[in-house]
Amino acid sequence: MAAEASGRNGMSVNGSPGGRPPGAGGGSAIELRQVSRWYGNVVAVNDITMTIGPGVTGLLGPNGAGKSTILHLIAGFLEPSRGELTVAGQPSWRNPALFARLGFVPERDAVYSFLTGAEFVTATARLHKLADPERAAGRAIEMVEMTEASDRRIATYSKGMRQRVKVAAALVHDPEVLLLDEPFNGMDPRQRLHMMDLLHAQAGQGRVILFSSHILEEVERLSGTIQVIVGGRLAASGDFRAIRRLMTSRPHVFLVRSSDDRLLGSALIGRPAVSGVELTARGLQVRTSDYGAFTREIAALTRQQGIRLRELLPADESLESVFAYLLAS
Amino acid sequence: MLNPVIISLTFRATMGRKRALLFAIPAIILIAISALLTAVASSGSWPPEFLGQFGFSVVLPLTALIIGTSVLGAEIDDGSVVHLLATPVSRAQVVVSKFVVAAVLTIVFAAVPEYLAALIAKGPASDLALGLAAGALAASVVYNAIFVLLSVLTSRAIAVGLLYLLVWEGLLANLVPGVGLLSAGQYGLSVANSIAHNSQLHAHVGIGTALVMGALVTVVSLVLCTRRLAAFSIKGDAA
Repeated sequence: MAAEASGRNGMSVNGSPGGRPPGAGGGSAIELRQVSRWYGNVVAVNDITMTIGPGVTGLLGPNGAGKSTILHLIAGFLEPSRGELTVAGQPSWRNPALFARLGFVPERDAVYSFLTGAEFVTATARLHKLADPERAAGRAIEMVEMTEASDRRIATYSKGMRQRVKVAAALVHDPEVLLLDEPFNGMDPRQRLHMMDLLHAQAGQGRVILFSSHILEEVERLSGTIQVIVGGRLAASGDFRAIRRLMTSRPHVFLVRSSDDRLLGSALIGRPAVSGVELTARGLQVRTSDYGAFTREIAALTRQQGIRLRELLPADESLESVFAYLLAS
Repeated sequence: MLNPVIISLTFRATMGRKRALLFAIPAIILIAISALLTAVASSGSWPPEFLGQFGFSVVLPLTALIIGTSVLGAEIDDGSVVHLLATPVSRAQVVVSKFVVAAVLTIVFAAVPEYLAALIAKGPASDLALGLAAGALAASVVYNAIFVLLSVLTSRAIAVGLLYLLVWEGLLANLVPGVGLLSAGQYGLSVANSIAHNSQLHAHVGIGTALVMGALVTVVSLVLCTRRLAAFSIKGDAA
């Protein structure tokens, strides 16, 4: 099953796709079999086959790659144009009963902002017909650490707080499967770490957690599996650490503009982290093999030499280039 | 079929929007003109004409349009409906609960004012006030079923609804014989006429037909609306 998950369309980046405990959690896994979705002539999701089991799984890819479409298909908010899709063994399209076992956190921020956080989560608990909605809501709000602000109206919340209260609402009925569409969007690094810890804690209880993200740095602390989606196709899948190693050790290209590009260029050439320097009309193009060391070195160098740094732009940071690199390796 | 959580959320959301101020405007105009006419008009024949025509083809349908398209439509527009639909609540319950809130609010903001205006014009002894109130109640129900359906079919429900009111209810139902059989306004007038017995109400449909057809249009609209909501899709990849 696991081999099938990363086979066919995709390549397995770490070469050992069997890292996931196969079949763990029984019927709670998400299964897509040759699922496609198109709008008119536009193919949004193209022939995707994957199985997602317990633990945290990240759905990564550039904007417009089809990540949201895949999550909407899984949540039953879109009908597959072709293929089979089941969650916990049941098809999700036109099956609201499935939401008893599934939680979904949409990307859009819209919530009933006239409610307080506690009212919103309690209302959701009531819609799930839980035996003790207040208690369930209190527990879910505590899980996302929103107890203090829970009596304030959602309209007054920051983006990160809204995101957390949405997660609380999606968790209130203790679902086996939790889907989150771009949960880290608009969060600061601290909130991001907190959300990541929360997801890991939830996964630790045997839940299936699937989230999407288009920013690789967002998922820095993730331990788990990732599915890389590019152009509506499953481009790679495997253990996140292996993919991350590939990403950080790949050569980076920066465009540097300073008060004295020529001087800076010659000073950079001898550095171990720098593998190439080129003086162009737009500034210095610097190729580095160690991204972390380079950013530290250039700061020290410019200070030493009295050069004013005007701009330091990653020249190839677009996700497309990162994913293209992943595909090639 | 009714879900108290959805009813209370819908009520708070609908009355909390700035749009809620609009609900009262047609009613205020209706009562103000009635008071004015009572004071100045010499003949006593205007109430059925004015309250029947202006009330049933302008005030009531416009109020129903604003309310009926917003109880579910506003949430679909801003995406918050997803939170409601990401629960196991049956889609029929969602639709019927939303519809009931819309109908009740329309009764408060259009049927009750219609009754008050008739009281001002004719005093409490007349059958006209009672007839108009009953008719407005019936029309509130049918109109809202239609407008809640419209709001899940199109994101331009208000524009489509206005067009329907102007062309179908306003023009064809009065000019073309037979169209009245499929006119919510006519069902209301027919109910009013069955109590008030007043030919100036211009009710063209028999009371039996009006009740049966009104119930049929309401049920069919709600069933279609439920089906449509069961297949609710989130649009494309957010890019």
